Amino acid sequence: MISDYTQGIIILVCINLIIVLGVSILTGFTRLFSFGNAGFMSIGAYASALLTTRLGIPFLPAVLAGALAAGFVSFLLGSLTLKLKGDYFLITTLGFGECVRVLFNYIEPVTGGAKGLAGIPKHTTLAVAVFSALLAIALAWTFIHSRYGRGLTAIREQELAAESVGIDVTKHKKISFVFSAMLAGWAGALYAHNLMFLSPVMFNLPRSAELTITVVIGGLGSLTGSVLGSLLITLLPEMFRSFANYRMFFYGLAVVAIIIIRPEGLCGYREFSLSRLLKFFRRKAVKGGGAG
Amino acid sequence: MFLQQLINGISVGGVYALIASGYALIYSLLGFSNWAHGEVCMVGAYVALMSVSALVLPFPLAALAGIGGAALISLFNERFLYRRIRENKSPTMFLMIAAMGLSTVFQNGVMLLFGSKFQMFPTVIPITSISAGNIRIGVLDVMSLAISAAALIVMEFLIQHTKFGLGVRSVASNSYTASLLGVNVDKMLAAVFILAGALAGVAGILLGLKYNVFPTMGNVGLKAFIASVFGGLGSVRGAILGALIIGVAEIMVAGYLNSSLRDLITFSLLIATLLIKPSGLMGIHVEEKA
Repeated sequence: MISDYTQGIIILVCINLIIVLGVSILTGFTRLFSFGNAGFMSIGAYASALLTTRLGIPFLPAVLAGALAAGFVSFLLGSLTLKLKGDYFLITTLGFGECVRVLFNYIEPVTGGAKGLAGIPKHTTLAVAVFSALLAIALAWTFIHSRYGRGLTAIREQELAAESVGIDVTKHKKISFVFSAMLAGWAGALYAHNLMFLSPVMFNLPRSAELTITVVIGGLGSLTGSVLGSLLITLLPEMFRSFANYRMFFYGLAVVAIIIIRPEGLCGYREFSLSRLLKFFRRKAVKGGGAG
Repeated sequence: MFLQQLINGISVGGVYALIASGYALIYSLLGFSNWAHGEVCMVGAYVALMSVSALVLPFPLAALAGIGGAALISLFNERFLYRRIRENKSPTMFLMIAAMGLSTVFQNGVMLLFGSKFQMFPTVIPITSISAGNIRIGVLDVMSLAISAAALIVMEFLIQHTKFGLGVRSVASNSYTASLLGVNVDKMLAAVFILAGALAGVAGILLGLKYNVFPTMGNVGLKAFIASVFGGLGSVRGAILGALIIGVAEIMVAGYLNSSLRDLITFSLLIATLLIKPSGLMGIHVEEKA
């Protein structure tokens, strides 16, 4: 019905979507800038892949274990570093991401090192990917509109004020950090069982940067923006093959332009809603009618 | 053997120090880490290389062109991007995101223009080594050490002993007060970006001579950045000290343990610094103002 190629792209979009949602919550809603999410993705990917290939554990528990492993590591890291402010937090995530990558390269007997880990069974089908993405969107949406989510937005807007009305800033940041890492780990597990091959280079610094770029293009502080952003960033190079070489160049330009001209990104702080779109068109129609 | 490694390490550290002091200078004024600084260094190397190979300039002139090119790019970043973001009163995080975007643009732009292959400078400094007893040190390493040291001394003099330096230090201490006292803050910032860019250009050319020129060579900025964190964000002397320590540590780890562990040591050092003493070796601990 749907060709293999299209299926492959849809799966890729879904996986990217899950991890971008995590970055969106962290960067867009908590204003924590992280370079470590590719690292968490690799933890989820390797953990689940090792479980299914080496220990023969079924797919579902392996994915869960991948997400939990990433969440656990982020909990430890967050406990140590989230009290640090601004730049310092970013720097630790950067150091962490690179450390994880170098470690996976180094422990060759377990991970296959730089040569990669091959022979992972293909479990991420179209249905699994789409279901996962929908579930991730639902979870992220619920999280953002929960008490904790509102706390995060308060921290984003004014940390000191949030603290003074009784929001436990460090705790909230930690929850946001762990949540985003778990999404990353989850996406990583799906990624491993889609590609059937893992290598530490896949989770390098530019990969983390690309995730942040996607969130910025979609709009800091908009979940639907992040969904649109990851659609755009994943589909553009697929639709225009010749564009693939230029894509990072243009993404970089887009980010710089957006930060300068329209820092709120494609969607701004708003969520996409059908009723607003209808209202917009109705207003247009009225205007058009009045002129005619 | 040990002495040889030590000198090599200091030579590598000297190049890191050129870049790291740029991070420190900019951080001390604007309070953000300029992620695009490593790419400034790469652009400098490419300008010098093109001046030699395409324009057939003699090497000293080409090197000057490279340093000038790097300084210009650095100034461009400040004038047309960072300044506008500051004027928008956007949070500091946006400066970092923009810098990250810029570094992506430069890296990929250069890759599109010149391809991703490694390019070599014609041999300007003989690839021989001096032997004394049982130690052998490359001429290039000694030259690189001397040039880095000279450039750093010039910078240190400019910052500590001139009127310009006084202005810079006053802006670093409190830019609002400085502007009230008649210091032209934007001009000072522009000058600091030029200075940092020129130092990065020197580093880029030295790196290019040693390891060839390629689009991702700006990633060395990451090491330099770690050095500046290790030394204390915003402290120029700390950055230089941190860079020397990291340079020596890398060479020692690669020489005595395992070269694949080299980066792990650097990054672990970074995390350890942040956990134990976030203000670094020589930094002053400043609480972030709300």
